[in-house]
Amino acid sequence: MREARTLGDVADLVRSKNAGPFWVTFDIFFATDADYERVAAPGILERGNIADLYRVPPDDVRIFHLPSLRAIKISFPRPVTQGSFTDRDIHAGQQYIPLSQLPAQ
Amino acid sequence: MNVATADRRPMSRGATGISVIFPTGMLGGGFPAETIERGIELGADAIAVDGGSTDSGPYYLGTGTPKTTEAAVEHDLNVLLTAAREADIPLIVTSCGTAGTNAGVDWVAGMVDAIAREEHLRFTLSTIFSEQHVDAITAALAAGAVKPLPPAGPVDAQVLRSCEHIVGLMGFEPIADALAGAADVVLAGRATDTASVAALALPRGLPPGPTWHAAKTVECGGLCTTNPQSGGVLVDIDDAGFTVRPLDPNSACTPTSVAAHMLYENADPFRMREPSGTLDTSQAEYRAVDDKTVRVEGSRFEPAAQHTIKLEGSAIAGYETIALVGIRDPNILAQIDTWIEILDEILDDRVRALLGLDRAEYETQLSPYGHNAVLGGLDPDTATPREVGVLFRARARDQGTATAIAKIANPLLLHLPLRLETHLPSFAFATSPPEIERGAAYEFVLNHTIDVASPVELFRTETIKVSHA
Repeated sequence: MREARTLGDVADLVRSKNAGPFWVTFDIFFATDADYERVAAPGILERGNIADLYRVPPDDVRIFHLPSLRAIKISFPRPVTQGSFTDRDIHAGQQYIPLSQLPAQ
Repeated sequence: MNVATADRRPMSRGATGISVIFPTGMLGGGFPAETIERGIELGADAIAVDGGSTDSGPYYLGTGTPKTTEAAVEHDLNVLLTAAREADIPLIVTSCGTAGTNAGVDWVAGMVDAIAREEHLRFTLSTIFSEQHVDAITAALAAGAVKPLPPAGPVDAQVLRSCEHIVGLMGFEPIADALAGAADVVLAGRATDTASVAALALPRGLPPGPTWHAAKTVECGGLCTTNPQSGGVLVDIDDAGFTVRPLDPNSACTPTSVAAHMLYENADPFRMREPSGTLDTSQAEYRAVDDKTVRVEGSRFEPAAQHTIKLEGSAIAGYETIALVGIRDPNILAQIDTWIEILDEILDDRVRALLGLDRAEYETQLSPYGHNAVLGGLDPDTATPREVGVLFRARARDQGTATAIAKIANPLLLHLPLRLETHLPSFAFATSPPEIERGAAYEFVLNHTIDVASPVELFRTETIKVSHA
């Protein structure tokens, strides 16, 4: 049996960043249409599993599909406002790690 | 949205078109001087650059101080100002001094004047101030004109009064007015990233969809190219769309690099709100004109019924003292979460006993760098770390209290054993004294807009003749 592949294995690039001080956004780029379609298919990236992964309300999660760019974008309000006492990542640039380790197939 | 790569349709630039150099994502970020020369040779009508962002946190707005160092900003300004004056084209700098406070505008204006003196330049300078008086915003709040943006809730007058600085993000209009008043150089306070390019294009009657999309595409300079470190871009806006290319001959704009930029730091990749309406790029088509140049058509703009100005405000949230201690002992590291929990509990007890402070009156945090300081409980990797730096932070109502808490934490950070062991361990403080006073800590407390009757009413412009010939 092949080892389970993660989103980080399948994608060309997974990144995270602030979208202003109150939102975080994740961009996932794929090198091929086949890779994009595998991950864009229902059941891989859903509001529910993103919400579980980041412990945020599912209704806050927005997912955008951009097939012509072979990209998927995910955004939700930052659980902690940028720069407040319990913020761990001022630019939210490392928050993609849990997402990149989701199983992708 | 459609991204094609093979179409080589020729560019058409109408008589009313405009060509703008956007040299870098941040004034002070640096760029090769020859990229500016190249843009001017290619027929640039103006240079626009942004000097700010909220992205580095609330400190800069709270203090009204810049993130960038003066030498770097002065260097970039020198290249841009002398090139713009020699070519006799406008130079626009938005969000001066990182946060766009009045002090930020004055800071950049002082450098512009010094360069003009050095280089014997004469020109008309407009400075546009976007700092807001709390009384005016409080009155607008009472009148129901201040509204939250998601995920914010309503704001009250007390929060407004807590702000050290409040700025409004100007749209293109105050800058366009300054240019119409014959300004050669415009130094603007806080503005939307897109305001400068839009201020150049919209008064010429160019269509708002392509204009706002072009402005968004270039607002980070070379970030829409295949080599973001290489310098900025030149954007041509005409009556049917826009065309963008890098200023460094070794870089390229591709349909993918240009389209992908709409994702960067945007929550929604298709829709972007401006004071006067919303850019919609969902029907935009990106085509390669040649191997370095991209043509974009089909972007739309939906005018808003109500003109709104976004507000940013930063308040002091307390004072901080920090300390860093290194742990290499594998026995402690095997149970680092437990060690932190024990330290937290003992510290709480001692602070209550010695300072009489309740948990609601101060905050402490122990961040184990090397373990899970960055992701906390979200970290999927729970392996035992080899070495950990524990960053201790105390925040309290004043600096003295924060330092007192840190000094109470000191012996625990230095010696806390996991359990009653035969000897007391000592961990590796990074500095002596370990306590480092960080001063005031700031927080963004506004994520709100204000309804305005006029797009220029919150902004104040001063125009002077600079003459050091």
